[in-house]
Amino acid sequence: MNKPVAPEEFDYGPLYAAQKKVYPQKVSGRYRNVKWALMAVCLGIYYLLPFVRWNRGPGAPDQAVLVDLPNSRFYFFFIELWPQEVYFFTGLLILAALALFLMNAVGGRVWCGYLCPQTVWTDLFFAVERLIEGDRRERMKKEAEGFTLQRVVELTMKHSIWLLIAWWTGGAWVLYFNDAPTLVRELVTFQAPALAYIWIAILTATTYTLAGWMREQVCLYMCPWPRIQAALTDEWALNVTYKTDRGEQRTSLKKAAELRALGQPAGDCIDCYQCVNVCPVGIDIRNGLQMDCIQCGLCIDACDGVMEKIGRPTRLIGYDTDINIARRKAGKPEIYRIIRPRTVAYVGMIVAVGAVMLYALLNRSLLDINVLHDRNPVAVRLSDGSIRNAYTVRLLNKRGAGRVVTLDVNGPANAAVHVVGMDAVSSGRPEIVLGRDQTTELRVLVTAPAAINSEKSIPLVMRVTDSAHGDMASATDHFVAP
Amino acid sequence: MSDHEGEFDKATGKTTTGHSWDGIKELNTPLPRWWVMTFYLTIVWAIGYWVVYPSWPLVQSYATGVMGYSSRADVAIDLANLEKIRGGKMAALGAAPLAEIEKDPALLALGRARGRVVFGDNCAPCHGTGATGAKGFPNLNDDDWLWGGTLEQIEKTIQFGARSAHAESHEGSMLAFGRDGMLKKPEIETVANYVRSLSGLPTAKGYDANAGQKLFADNCASCHGDAGKGNPDMGAPNLTDNIWLYGADEATVVETITNGRNGVMPAWIGRLDPATIKALTVYVHSLGGGQ
Ligand code: SF4
Ligand code: SF4
Repeated sequence: MNKPVAPEEFDYGPLYAAQKKVYPQKVSGRYRNVKWALMAVCLGIYYLLPFVRWNRGPGAPDQAVLVDLPNSRFYFFFIELWPQEVYFFTGLLILAALALFLMNAVGGRVWCGYLCPQTVWTDLFFAVERLIEGDRRERMKKEAEGFTLQRVVELTMKHSIWLLIAWWTGGAWVLYFNDAPTLVRELVTFQAPALAYIWIAILTATTYTLAGWMREQVCLYMCPWPRIQAALTDEWALNVTYKTDRGEQRTSLKKAAELRALGQPAGDCIDCYQCVNVCPVGIDIRNGLQMDCIQCGLCIDACDGVMEKIGRPTRLIGYDTDINIARRKAGKPEIYRIIRPRTVAYVGMIVAVGAVMLYALLNRSLLDINVLHDRNPVAVRLSDGSIRNAYTVRLLNKRGAGRVVTLDVNGPANAAVHVVGMDAVSSGRPEIVLGRDQTTELRVLVTAPAAINSEKSIPLVMRVTDSAHGDMASATDHFVAP
Repeated sequence: MSDHEGEFDKATGKTTTGHSWDGIKELNTPLPRWWVMTFYLTIVWAIGYWVVYPSWPLVQSYATGVMGYSSRADVAIDLANLEKIRGGKMAALGAAPLAEIEKDPALLALGRARGRVVFGDNCAPCHGTGATGAKGFPNLNDDDWLWGGTLEQIEKTIQFGARSAHAESHEGSMLAFGRDGMLKKPEIETVANYVRSLSGLPTAKGYDANAGQKLFADNCASCHGDAGKGNPDMGAPNLTDNIWLYGADEATVVETITNGRNGVMPAWIGRLDPATIKALTVYVHSLGGGQ
């Protein structure tokens, strides 16, 4: 058995690997433009959304998107969610996961390359770096030259701007948890709660570190998605691919021209390394699809530029599949299949979950009732022999206005109902006053004549009705005899 | 340093760790430096933590840490803060008349919540956790009130107790008619049967109802009333209803008449502040709906 043995000095290799500094080069083209546009949209939404107003009537917050932690409410435009409705967030997470799967099935890691916050902010930080320190070559040169006065000035500027962006990122974050204009005023005058400053500090630190220093390391070592995505992808997904069938053998421009003149096949790749130089993770896409590639498409733009210059067709690197490479090699036509069982299934699931959520949202009750039967004692015998059960009833009024509801109890025959502290009645039913947007706990006593004694347990329904708004809610429980 | 020779993987140019699963060998990929540094940093952090916070177990106790931190002190601070928050609300509760508390949903909710806790701490040993009572200790969930079931009457009972040492305590005692020789045994049995008949319970064979009624009128009616309806001013129970504090069977009633019953409820004034007593009052009142 000829087992290849490592050379002595490689025995275990180093304990750790230093981060390989990447100097992504400036590039322009279709995918770069898409990335700029998406960056503008994403950052625009993130930074400005807290300032969007939404009128919910007097006494209610008028911020369109607000996580109101002290009052346990979440506001999203016309939607107001209560803690009891966290399942909407579960639904959203499921939708997000399905959307990610669908994107992956159609276009590989499009999320990573275009929309992931890590990518967006890192891209922004790269732009700042390029603006101040110059492009790839200049940056490498400056770094090799060591510290000069100019470099110190540049570095100070770069890190200051990075920190400024990071700080503003943290600042925007806390605005989602409080009335934005008020909080901005408080922040400026140092009146804001300590927690706001702490969160700004934390998010400033993470943004600065992750987008400024960690960059591709986050994608390589910290993010689980590359691994999961590798397991989820299939041979039909469109990935950023170097078309080996066209590119190989790599030769120089001159040599290729000579070969073509002789009518011989020549590879289109001229080994100019433009695709490698622009890559933000510093890899060579020509080695094939690899886990490190975030599928940002910048190498496509770079190579297209080269191909245009040398007068060869573009898209030597492009969104493609390994299937097509093999088919072209075999002289068969390319096939693209976006509609296939996998994508149809994902779309189906997205539509189904979305429909369920929409239905739940549109039909969510603005009035809710929870009933808890007293356990100790379960039932009490009164002096005249009648039997009384007590219930703790919680009413939820999700409407943004106070209202009056009536309570109906449908249980043992001829039972009397009394709500502790509420004496008002309307046509024989207790009347309960509910405050706007809050829960109310009541103690409800149901007394049945002694005659029901033979039955140990009688089903009971409690129903609250707000006839003014046509809202109704009910809960079932039991009436128990001792 | 190794007990196996590092294998060299030609495809990747890396060495392997020598570990293999189903023929797949693990490449020896070094961790990124920052990761290793982070690991060392956590060790440094842990040591710092040992120094700053209490953590080292010692023989008798534990190292207290240079910050003098203690979770007990934290709890004390939290409790003090809670008192501060609660102070204002409890003051409002203390200031409001009982009837007003009953009408104000916010005050009533506070009173019931506070009352439930105080009840568990102070009253549950006798009356049970759910105020269900026991033999000799009234059930507070029903509609029978020895000393009256209005808010004011309940508050008074809690404040001063019944047959307690307090000067304003409820007084009134059930005499020991048998032990003290006021009635003879057959007379006691007769009147016991009469009392049972008041709430519709069956009587013994051959019992003389007229004699029973006369004995009752002579001995019992002064407290329990001519009709046996009881008197909350003296804590004399209503004998015509279904609720029996000590039991309704003939032997128990005979025992009650023979030796008397004088259950004691302590006075809580002085032990509980007025606002807390109010909270307790509305809680107890809400249990059975009071009167
Ligand atoms: S290889 Fe191309 S697509 Fe992949 S990360 Fe690098 S530049 Fe982006
Ligand atoms: S940019 Fe295009 S031509 Fe240049 S090395 Fe990359 S693949 Fe080859």
